[in-house]
Amino acid sequence: MSTRPQTGGGTSQTFRQQENNQDTPILNETSYAGERTQPGMPLANAKRLARGLGWFSVGLGLTELLAPSLIARITGVSEKRTGLIRLYGLREIASGVAIFSQKNPAAGVWSRVAGDAMDLASLSAACTDANRGKITFAAANVAVVTALDVMCAQQLSNGTHGVHAKGTCIINLQPEEVYDYWRDFQNLPRFMKHLEAVEEHADGYSHWVAKGPAGTTVEWDATIVADAPGRVITWRSLENADVDNAGAVRFEAAPGGRGTIVKVNIQYNPPGGAIGKTVARLFGEEPEQQLDDDLRRFKQMMEVGEVVVSDATLFGTGYMEQRPGRPANRRELESAESLPSELPTNYKSLEGRRMQ
Amino acid sequence: MRANCWYGKTTVRVEEVPDPQILNQRDAIIKVSSTAICGSDLHLYNSLVPTMVAGDILGHEFMGEVVEVGREVKNLAVGDRVVVPFPISCGKCFFCKDEMFSLCENSNPNAWMAEKMFGHAPSGIFGYSHLTGGFAGGQAEYVRVPFADVGPIKVPSHLTDEQVLFLSDIFPTGWMGAEMCDIKPGDTIAIWGCGPVGQFSIRSAFLLGAERVIAIDMVPERLQMAQAGGAETINYSEQNVYEALMEMTGGRGPDACIDDVGMEAHAPGVIFAYDRIKQAMMLETDRPHALREAIMCCRNGGTISVIGVYGGFIDKFPMGSVMNRSLTIKTGQAHVQRYMRPLLQRIENGDIDPSFVVTHRMSLDDAPQAYEMFKNKKDNCIKVILKPDMNGSNGPNGSASMRVH
Repeated sequence: MSTRPQTGGGTSQTFRQQENNQDTPILNETSYAGERTQPGMPLANAKRLARGLGWFSVGLGLTELLAPSLIARITGVSEKRTGLIRLYGLREIASGVAIFSQKNPAAGVWSRVAGDAMDLASLSAACTDANRGKITFAAANVAVVTALDVMCAQQLSNGTHGVHAKGTCIINLQPEEVYDYWRDFQNLPRFMKHLEAVEEHADGYSHWVAKGPAGTTVEWDATIVADAPGRVITWRSLENADVDNAGAVRFEAAPGGRGTIVKVNIQYNPPGGAIGKTVARLFGEEPEQQLDDDLRRFKQMMEVGEVVVSDATLFGTGYMEQRPGRPANRRELESAESLPSELPTNYKSLEGRRMQ
Repeated sequence: MRANCWYGKTTVRVEEVPDPQILNQRDAIIKVSSTAICGSDLHLYNSLVPTMVAGDILGHEFMGEVVEVGREVKNLAVGDRVVVPFPISCGKCFFCKDEMFSLCENSNPNAWMAEKMFGHAPSGIFGYSHLTGGFAGGQAEYVRVPFADVGPIKVPSHLTDEQVLFLSDIFPTGWMGAEMCDIKPGDTIAIWGCGPVGQFSIRSAFLLGAERVIAIDMVPERLQMAQAGGAETINYSEQNVYEALMEMTGGRGPDACIDDVGMEAHAPGVIFAYDRIKQAMMLETDRPHALREAIMCCRNGGTISVIGVYGGFIDKFPMGSVMNRSLTIKTGQAHVQRYMRPLLQRIENGDIDPSFVVTHRMSLDDAPQAYEMFKNKKDNCIKVILKPDMNGSNGPNGSASMRVH
C-alpha cells in the first residue's frame, strides 16, 4: 500500500491547475461540455508549426509526384528511381492530409518523422562516388526538417498523454438516491470493471485499488474536492499515486421528474504515458467505451439491483470477450470473475427436492 | 442438454451443450416442453443479422416447466407451467414502466453493439444474435430465463401447449400489428404476408373490429389459411396488388396496411431483382418491397403498421407519399408482456385457438431438417413446433416428424 501524504500535500501540476479552475465551475453544470474539450489540447505554437509542416508535406509531395526527375536531379539520385520518388510523394501527401484532418495532428507529424527516416535511408543507399556532394547536401536538408518534425511531434504529444473520458446515463430514481449510492465509494467496484476495492477513511480520504495492465494492480489515495449531496462529487488522487487521476460526477433531476441524469467526467495519466495509452488501445481498452460500460452496469445496479449477464457476456461485453450465446461449462463459470449470484446451483440436483 | 446451434449461413446443428445455470437472482430455469421456429429465425438462418457467433443457441418461442428459480423470483415456483415472452425485460426501467417491454434499458448487456447499428438499443432477446444480448435461445432442452418475475406467465393445465405457446411471440406480434392500425368499425385492413404472424394479424384485426381484411401472399396454402380466417386474398404472383386493392376499395385504398413481411420480401420481376442484388452487394441490408407497396396502396391519412422485422437500411423509400398524404407509420418489436394476459383470456374464452397455424410437429433433434423445410416452404410448411422429448429421425426410433394438417 502506498503511503498517504500529509494533508494538503502537493498534487501534480495538471490536477492542481484543474483544481483551481474548478473552484466555481465544478458546481456549474453548464460548463460540462466546454470543460472537456479543453484539457490535453496541444500548445498553440506546436499546432502552428504542425500546420506549416503539413503544407511542406503537401508541396514536396506534389512536386515528387508530378516532377520526380526534377527531384532526382536536385538530390543527385539516379533518374531511374522516379517511380520510387513518386511513391514517396504519395507518402508525403498522406502525412499532410493526416496533419490537416485530425483535431490533434500529433500522429500526422510522427508519420512525417518516420518518413524522414525513410528518406535518409534511401539517400544513403543511393550514394555513389559520383553524386556524393549532392546527396550529402540533400541529406543535410532532410536532417534539419527531421529535427523540426521531432520537436513538433514531441510538443504535440506531451500535452495529450492524459486520458479524458466522459459518459452519461439516465436512471429511473431520484438524484438523492443515485448520489447516495455513488457517494458510498465502496459500491463503485460493483459496477466499475477495473476497480478492485475502495476503502474510505474517516478523514475524507480514501484508498483505491484498481487492475493495471498485465495482471498488475495500481493503488492511490484520493481526496474529495467538492461534495454537494444530490448534485455533485469531485475527487482527485494525491501525490505518490500509481495513476494520477481526477474525476467529477454530477446528478441532475431529469425534466418531468423522469429520474436522474448522471454525467461523469474522468481524467487520468495512464502508467507508461503516451505509450501506455497506445498499448491499452491496442488491447481494446477504449476509455470512453469503458466508462459507458461502467455506467450501464451502474444503471443496472440502481434499477435492477445487480449486473445483468448473458451467456455471451460472462467475461465482458467487448467484441473480443464475447463467448457464444450458450451456457458455460463449470470451468468457464469458475473463471468468470464476478458472477452476480453466488456459485450457481444445478437444478438437476434439486430433482429430489421437487418431489416433496 | 441438447440444443439447436447456429454455425453459419443455412447451417444449424443439434449438439450436446452444458446445462444452463442461475446467473442472476431473478433468473429461472425452464425445462422446455415445446418450442417453435419463427419466421424471424430465418433471417438468422440466412445470415442477414450481424453479430451472430458460431455456436449460438437459437430460438425465442418456447414454453415449459419451471425447474429452478433464483432467490428474488417470488411469483414462480418449481413445477409451474409457463410461456416465456421473447423480449427480456427488467420491469423497472422507464420503458418497462411504460409497458414498452421490447425497449427495456437493462436487459441487453451488449447494448453498445445495437447502439452502433441503431443509435439506441432495444431489449435483450433470447437466441437472437449478440446485439440483442447474446442470450442462449429456447430451441433446447433447458433455458435460463432472466427477469423471470416479469416475463413468464403461468398457463392453465386444460390448455394444450399448441394453444398457448404462441403467446411467446407470434400471437402478440400479429395482434400488435393490428392494434397499431387503430381500427375503427367499418375499416378495411390490408395485410402483406400470410406467414404465421400475418395469420394472427388477420384474426386480430377482426377481433379488433375490422369490417374487411385483405391478405396478400403468393403461397397457395397460406392464402387458403388466410381465407379460413375470414380474409379476402390477393395472390401477388397473379395480380397487380395496387390495382386489385384499388378495385376492391373503390380507388380509395385500405384504411390501414400491415407489413407482416419485413426485410426479406419477395416480389415479382425487376423490383425483386433490384433489391436482391443490392442486398447481396451490401448496398442495402433489407428488401423493403412490401413496405413500399403498402405505403403506395394505403388511403390518404391512413396508417402503416410495420411489425415484420427489419434489420438495417433500405432505399427507394417513398417518403413523398408518406408526407404528402398524411400517413402515419407505427412500428416496433412486440411488447409481448403487455399482451400475454389479455390474449390468454381470449384463448380461454374461445375467441381464438392459436393452434390452427401449426402444420408440423417434429423432434428438437430434427431442427436442421425443420429449418430447411420452413425456409423453402416445402411440404406446405407454415409453422413448425419442436418437441425436445420426442424421438427424432436421428434418434433410435427413426423418423417421428409429423405433418399436422
